[in-house]
Amino acid sequence: MERFRRTRRPAHPLPVRVMHWVGAGAIITMMLSGWEIYNASPSLPFTFPGWATLGGWLAGAIAWHISAMWVLFADGLAYLGYGFFSGHFRRDIRPKGLRALARDVGAALGFRLGHRLGHYNAVQRLLYAGVILALCVQVATGLAIWKPVQLGWLTGFFGGYPAARFIHLAMMLCIAGFLAVHLVLVALFPRTLVSMVATLEAEDEP
Amino acid sequence: MIRDPVAKRAEVAPELARLNRRNFLRHGLTLGSLALLTGCDLSTHSGIDAALWTMLRFDDRVQAALFDRTRLAETYPASAVTKPFRFNAYYPVWEVRPVPNNWTLEVAGRVTERTPWSVARLRQLPQQAQITRHICIEGWSQIGQWSGVPLHVFLRRIGADLRARYVAFKCFDGYSTSIDMASALQPQTILALDFNWQPLTPEWGAPVRLRIPVKLGFKSAKNLQSIEVTNRYPGGYWENQGYNWFSGV
Repeated sequence: MERFRRTRRPAHPLPVRVMHWVGAGAIITMMLSGWEIYNASPSLPFTFPGWATLGGWLAGAIAWHISAMWVLFADGLAYLGYGFFSGHFRRDIRPKGLRALARDVGAALGFRLGHRLGHYNAVQRLLYAGVILALCVQVATGLAIWKPVQLGWLTGFFGGYPAARFIHLAMMLCIAGFLAVHLVLVALFPRTLVSMVATLEAEDEP
Repeated sequence: MIRDPVAKRAEVAPELARLNRRNFLRHGLTLGSLALLTGCDLSTHSGIDAALWTMLRFDDRVQAALFDRTRLAETYPASAVTKPFRFNAYYPVWEVRPVPNNWTLEVAGRVTERTPWSVARLRQLPQQAQITRHICIEGWSQIGQWSGVPLHVFLRRIGADLRARYVAFKCFDGYSTSIDMASALQPQTILALDFNWQPLTPEWGAPVRLRIPVKLGFKSAKNLQSIEVTNRYPGGYWENQGYNWFSGV
């Protein structure tokens, strides 16, 4: 009979769960208010529908955007610090290499990719590493277009004000794309949603 | 002859109720509401709007702390000037006011020399030219050329109290705005008399406008009528409606 090693750790440590939801709230607030700000002067040939925006008009949207900004900034710094020092990034997020990725992408496309609570497969690692990077670039370009004179070196790094604004918009689309995939996967594996709220034990390695 | 109303109230009441329900439904479905929040746009007396105003004040303090008077806005070559230059005001271009007869620039508040200024007298002061980026709060930006009197030169000339907190601007088109003293003394902040090397025309702010490249565009007030140095928070046309007061860049 096969013996399983019992794991006692939670699928998601409490700090990760708290930072996940605080960050999710801040990111969604910033995205919806950002759409209202974008609508004031659209740089691409589309606008976001009013019902999907936050703030009512430009000033309201900016007030939401620069309020949630502090929440995201604090939450993001705490998460990066935790990720590096607790081993969370090394253990869970660091991409596993091309072979594992090819295997898991193939399995995912064939709807054969399993999911074990507390373990991150290669597709998840790539998506989470990608969205963390996109969020870092998003915050940096946000600061660059908020303070193009006081933080001129940062704006210059992104190629000037119009370029930084464009990258800010492109990163938003990346984050929105991640969110869509993320929500579909949560809908397919609803227990992952429970594990991000309640303390569920991590499952055994395959 | 008095005609009957086209529709009686009782006839349209059910329709109105249905429309109201539909509106309610639309608001109820708003993602950002997460329903109640969409009503929060700085115009109500809700607790959330009060919290947003508090955050705007906090943001003002952070921006003032970040501000360094010696940091200069990037300048550009003449070839980078945006053409055509975009008109912007709180009204459309056909409502631009001509300069009033006998116009003079008034100075008030914490200053020792209160004589109003004519354009000719302003032109006798030291002049500075700049090609800088005008960044609108809406996100778009354009590069323009302005020249005129550095505001720090003007403020010293009128004996302004340079430790006062605010410099307020009133315009003859009904507009108003205000800035902090540190930004007023930044060397690129000018009272512009020329735009694209030509004397200002009314749509670009004649006869004198503020040009302040370390603030968002709406702070660069056009068609000035008076300048006041004060310690009492002056607000402004957009600021009173919810635009972030400091709005530094």
